[in-house]
Formats: sequence, C-alpha cells, structure tokens
Amino acid sequence: MAVVNLTVNGQAHTLDVDPDTPLLWILRDHLDLTGTKYGCGVGECGSCTVLLDGEAVRSCSLSVREAAAGAVTTIEGLGRDGLHPVQKAWKELEVPQCGYCQPGQILTAVALLDRNPRPADAEITAAMSGVLCRCGTYQRIGRAVKKASEGGGR
Amino acid sequence: MTTVINLGRRDFLKTAGVLTGALVLGFRLTEAAAAEAAAEWGAVGAPFNPNAWLEITPEGRIIVQVPWSELGQGPLTAIPMLLADELEADWEMVEVRKAWNDPRFGRMGTGGSRSVRTSWDPVRRAGAAARQMLILAAAARWSVPAGECRARRSEVVHERSGNRAGFGDLAEAASLLEVPQNVPLKAPAARTLIGKSLPRLDTLAKITGEAEFGFDLRFPGLLFAAVARAPVFGAQVAGVDDSTARRMRGVRRVLPIGSGVAVLADTTWQALKARDALDVQWTPGSEPDLDSDAIAARLAAARPEAAAIMRREGNPAGALASAHTVVSSVYELPFLSHSPMEPVNCTARIVDGFCEVYGPIQSVSWGQSVAAAAAGMDPQRVKVFPSYAGGGFGRRLMVDYVTDAVELAEAAGCPVQVVMTREEDTRHGFYRPASRHVMQAGLDTAGGLVAWSHHLACPSISGQLDPAGVPDGRDEGAVDGAATLPYRIGNVDVLYSMVNTPVPVGWLRSVYNTQNALANEAFLDEVARAAGRDPVALRLDLLPGDNRLRRTLETARDHWGWPARLEKGRGQGVACHPCFGSFVTMMAEVSSPAPGRVRVHRVLAVVDCGPVVHPDGMRSQIEGGIAYALSGLLHEGIRIRRGRVAQSNFDDYPILTLDEMPEVTVVSIPSEDAIGGIGEPGYPPLGPAVLNALFDATGVRVRNLPLAAHFGQ
Repeated sequence: MAVVNLTVNGQAHTLDVDPDTPLLWILRDHLDLTGTKYGCGVGECGSCTVLLDGEAVRSCSLSVREAAAGAVTTIEGLGRDGLHPVQKAWKELEVPQCGYCQPGQILTAVALLDRNPRPADAEITAAMSGVLCRCGTYQRIGRAVKKASEGGGR
Repeated sequence: MTTVINLGRRDFLKTAGVLTGALVLGFRLTEAAAAEAAAEWGAVGAPFNPNAWLEITPEGRIIVQVPWSELGQGPLTAIPMLLADELEADWEMVEVRKAWNDPRFGRMGTGGSRSVRTSWDPVRRAGAAARQMLILAAAARWSVPAGECRARRSEVVHERSGNRAGFGDLAEAASLLEVPQNVPLKAPAARTLIGKSLPRLDTLAKITGEAEFGFDLRFPGLLFAAVARAPVFGAQVAGVDDSTARRMRGVRRVLPIGSGVAVLADTTWQALKARDALDVQWTPGSEPDLDSDAIAARLAAARPEAAAIMRREGNPAGALASAHTVVSSVYELPFLSHSPMEPVNCTARIVDGFCEVYGPIQSVSWGQSVAAAAAGMDPQRVKVFPSYAGGGFGRRLMVDYVTDAVELAEAAGCPVQVVMTREEDTRHGFYRPASRHVMQAGLDTAGGLVAWSHHLACPSISGQLDPAGVPDGRDEGAVDGAATLPYRIGNVDVLYSMVNTPVPVGWLRSVYNTQNALANEAFLDEVARAAGRDPVALRLDLLPGDNRLRRTLETARDHWGWPARLEKGRGQGVACHPCFGSFVTMMAEVSSPAPGRVRVHRVLAVVDCGPVVHPDGMRSQIEGGIAYALSGLLHEGIRIRRGRVAQSNFDDYPILTLDEMPEVTVVSIPSEDAIGGIGEPGYPPLGPAVLNALFDATGVRVRNLPLAAHFGQ
C-alpha cells in the first residue's frame, strides 16, 4: 500500500491504494466515476479510454502510480459548462445505441481533435479504429468526428 | 383486442406511489403475455395483468412505464412516442421510466425484435383511450358535446366557446370515468410523432457518462464478486486451496457457488486478483477431449434419412433424381460469441424479506424465477430492475448470472455485484450454434429451378435447454429461415438433424436465421450461376407477384442500378430474407484489394417493416445488424479445444473495427402493412450478399466461415 496523489477532472485526491491498481478501477470503485467503462482489461477495446494530460490512454492498462504523473480527465469532466463540441456532434447524429463504449469513443475523438483540429478522413479512421463498438455505430462515429472537426472541434 | 383499465379506480397502484388526482391507465402489451402471466401468477394476477401503464399527473406530467429492456435498440424512446402520438401529448411533458417486474405487471422479456411491434396496437389504444377520457372530462366541465372538443399538445380545446384546459388540470376528473374501449385510432396522416426521428431520450445520459449500466450500480455495503469458473464444459469443483486469496487485501469471503468458487472483495480489482490466486481443482468435465474437428465430424455424420422432415412439398427426391443439372454445396458455420461490450454482470441484495436483482438483463421474468429458486423464496418476493445494458444481442436472455448474484447475496448477507471479465464472457457464453448445411438444387433443361433440398445439422437451443421439450428432434426454431424459404420452387425438402454437444448454445441476434439465410441465399447465388441467370432476376422469378420481400428486391435493384458498373476488381452481390415480420434485401460491393484481404465498400439495405415509428432508430438498428453480421462473417468463430473455448479476449476473438465498416445506405418502404421487428432482420442478408459479391469479385466461393480463415484478415 502507498499513498497516491491523483488529479481527476481538476480535483486532487489522496488515495491509500496498491499503486499497481489500474487507473480504471480507481476511478470506478474508489472515486465513483463510473462513466469510464471496463470492456476487456487488456487495452484491446478502448471502452476505458480517459485523457492523461490531454492524451487518450487506456485506463485499464495504466497503473494509478503512472496516472498520478499527470492530470486525468474522464467523461464526467468533459464539457462541464455544457456539452463539449464532440458530445454535441454525437447527440446531433444520434451516435449511441447501447452507449457503453461511447465515453471511450468520445474521449478518443477529443484527443484527436485537440492535436489535429482538421483531420483528414483517413486520420479519423486511423484514430478511431482502435475503439471497439459492438452495436455498429462506426459509421456515425466517423461522421460525428468529422462534424465536430468542421465546427472547430474544441 | 386490447383492454385498457383505469388503475386509479381499482386502487391498483397504491403501493406503486401513484399520486392521487392522477389519471392512471394500465394495459397489456400482448394477450399471450397476459395468459402466461395468469398461469404463472394465478390469483395474484387475476383478473387483469397490465404490463405497461400511463400516468398523467395533476401537473400535466405524462409518465410512461416501459417494460422492455433498453439494450441500445431504443424502446425507451419509441414506446412513449406511440403513446404520446395518440394521446396528443406535448412531447416535452413526456417522461419515461424503466419498469420493474411488479408481479402484477405480467411477464417481462425483451427479445425476438418484439418491443415495438407488439406495442404498436395496445400502446396506441391506451393513448387513444386516455385522450378520449380527457376530452369527456372537459366536455362535462364545460357542458358542451364531447364531439366538439379536440385534444392537441396536452390540451383539450373547445373552439366555439374558446374553452381550453390542460391535461393535468383534467386528469383527476378523467380518472373518475369508465375507460372507453375501442376508441378509433388516428389516421396515419394525422400522426404527429410516429414517423419522426425525435431525439432519443437516452442519448444525453449515454454521452455524458451518467447512464447507469449494470457494472455501475452501487449500494451501501456492496461487495464485488469474481468467480473461478470451470474451464471445461461440465466440470465441477473437486477441491479449493484459497489460503492465498483469503489473505489478500480487501477480500471478505470465499464462497462456493453453483458455477464455481467466488471471491468477494471491497473492489472489483481486489476480487479479480484474489480470484486468480485461488487454486481450484476441477473434475474432468463432460468431454475433456472435445474439439472443433470432432464437432464438425459429428455434424457431418448426420444422415438425411434419419433427419426430421420439417417441410416437404412435392417430390424433392424424385425431382432431384430427374433434374437435368444438380447443384450441391455444403456450408459450415462456426459457434459465435455475443460479446456485448459490457460483459455479463448482475447485482443482488436481500432486503426485508425481498430479493432485489439489478442489472443488464433481457429475460426479466425468467430472471425472477431463477432468483427465487436461488434465494429459496416465493417468486412474488423477487424484484428485478433492469438497468441500461451495454448491448445484449441475446446473451442477456440467459440468466446464469442472476443465479450467481443471488446465491452470493444470500450467502454473504450483503449486496453483491458479480462481474465477469471479458475472458469469462468469451469462455462462458451461450453460443450461436455451429451448423452444417447440405444444399441441393435441381435445374431443368431450361435452367429453371425445380427442386430444393436443405439438410441442416446443428445443436438445438431448445433441445439443450430442455431435452424433453424437443421430442423426436423436431426443433421448429432451428429451421427458422430454412423452412420459411420464401421462393416458389415446387419440390422442397427442409430436413433437420439435431446434434447436441456439451457446448452451451443460445439465441444470438436473429438466431437460426443467421445460418439458414446464409445457406439459402449464398447457395441460390450458386444456383443462379449454374443456370446462367442474373441473381436478382432469378429471385424475382421465384417470388410471388404481390409480395413484400419482392418489393424490397425491386426497390434495391432500382436504387442500386443492378447490376451496377463497378471499378475493376470489385464485385457485387445480393441477398434477401424475411424474418421477425420484416423484409430486407441487401446489396454489397466487395473487393479483395490484396491477397488475403476482403474489403466491403458499401452496403444497401432496403427494409419493409411496415409502419416506421422512428426512422433514424430503424436505420440505426439496420446499421447495427450489418456491423454485427459483418463482424461474424469476417472474424468470428469460437473454437473448441480440449473441452473448452480456445479464445478469451478481443486479441484472439477479434470483432469488427471502424476501418472495416462499409458505407451503409438504408432505404425503407414505409407502409401500413403489418408492423415487423427491426433489431434482428438487418443481420441475415448481409453475410450472403457479401459472400456473393466476393465470388463476383474474385471467383472464390467461400462456404465455411469466418472469412479470416481463408483470407487471413
């Protein structure tokens, strides 16, 4: 056990936990931030994606010790003053079906548009192809990222 | 016949916290469901079991209870739309609630693409009855003829006198009236909400992380449980050394349950780690040496002479024997895993003599039954609260996880959430059955199709669940999509050999239509090639003139411009299939851009599901059916090795990724014909359309799946 200082959505937390615990379970079971989803536990599906200093990372495969080196943003911390442009595009195109993977999809898109506000279609495809959706919302995800980018995306 | 009753008058819902002065109407979604409920609940349910209700509060809030699980398919939006449209409600005042299984509300279960189509009539009738009651209440208040009053946007208006009153204002007076039965429904042209793509009511919660899925449920004192499960089908616990696990931080209990050995801990991660630290010895299981080759051999060994004759017309054997040309092929399809993005989980607690079950679950009433058995309680003391489900696809029709959760909550004396990892979800599923299809067709000298024979060998879902339920191996479900072959051929045989194995099987999106439509429609493409016929023209010849499937095929032909001019190296394919009351034709454009690669560029889906309640929701479900079917076609196949599932996670059981998604166009043919389902019919035509297009592009005819096995995706 060790004390870990973790910043999530701008809030500092001091936790007495096993520092090897994946960030995913710290968020969900210790901080009650359940918008970050468990899908595979091995970094294959992207449902657990969060932002670490603005970069999309797989929280199931990142220890809380590693996460403590930066600032974490989860879906709960996105668009606190109304919806983020990516969320707005998601809503306008009615992307979600079951919705389970969508926090990870949205945060992956946010990270993409932060570093590349006007991505080409191939860049959207490349960035978004690592996040799995079983309902088949892929066509809408691609279009929603495009739409968000056309509005500036940030 | 739909009966709508005034629940307020019957003092029916006092315990459900209904406000006084509200108009509360209950109604049944299906007569069959009510009959089942009456059988199950006996006097408790008599004389009436509404399984849905509408409440209009004095403030004018319109609250709709939806008894269908929200798996992503959209009932939380579509069902209130049906009601509000007939009620002439202001959509902004409509609030939706997920119903729980109050025993007085009959059986609940979500499957078979039934939610909207079985609600279509009763929910609209309930809305119409409520509207009429509000009008009658207003007319009485104003002493004017009811026929001069009309309802619109949550108000009743009498234009001659200028009187108007809100629904909330009228609710109490309306609640004292008899319910008028058989109020005429609105003409289609007068619909204000049905047919509009209103914003889904669950979207906001799903893009902000607020939507509560099963994994997200939290209760005071909740423990998380991870279970060591038998690696080999049918194996039992022979011994456990839990000394290491018990010493690990956060671990509260180690408990044997029916499905293995469970570790209960303060957090999910602690439970998973301690579960992995268990040393469990297992009995050998039912067939410890079973593998996929052995199962394929058993399917191949099924003899047509011993098969059940599920459909026979004319003299198929004679017609095949005397045919000018006989075309024969064998299609072999693998077990498939549902793999919803939210792995299987369930939460249960025992409170004040009641057992409460929470989570993503499709079979609410079945879950209630198994929870009662696990808790040793009367079913009337079991409450099941379905949460948002991170996909279902049929996996959550099974209720194995409910038993786990209730056994643990009962034994531990506290709320317990049982979680399956992705690895468990993959290895402990109820798989789409593997199948083998021996297809034969006879052509006459002019190339006309005169005989058709389809011998299906595969496990029976019903037969494995309840062997006594499928006497003589006649599983009608297994030949869904095979015996329902829509073509006029004259001499038809559909044979079924039930070959059960230790591999658990279950219902997956469109169920046996997944295999049978593929065999039908891919083989028919072979027949067309052998006969020198265009595959669209051949199908049109075989379909009757006034036929909804035919209409989708003609529309697809025109929309696509079949046969379309394609880039060099690309091919096009067609397939059509009726199921769950709907009719779908798909056309696909495919290439093999490099050796070992298959690329599906675009798919056209033409859909006739009768009235379209929510056009964008319908499109969304068809897009989803296409993605799910394409995923299976390209990548998926559960392999059995040493009596167990060989794969475990998305690294060795890959599913479709965004870059593989074709451009999908959905065209619907709305009509007032019988309403059909939409969750499942988008799956079956995709596979054969793509296989046929692949042949057109490459000359390679693939008859066993997944394609990855041939093209090394």
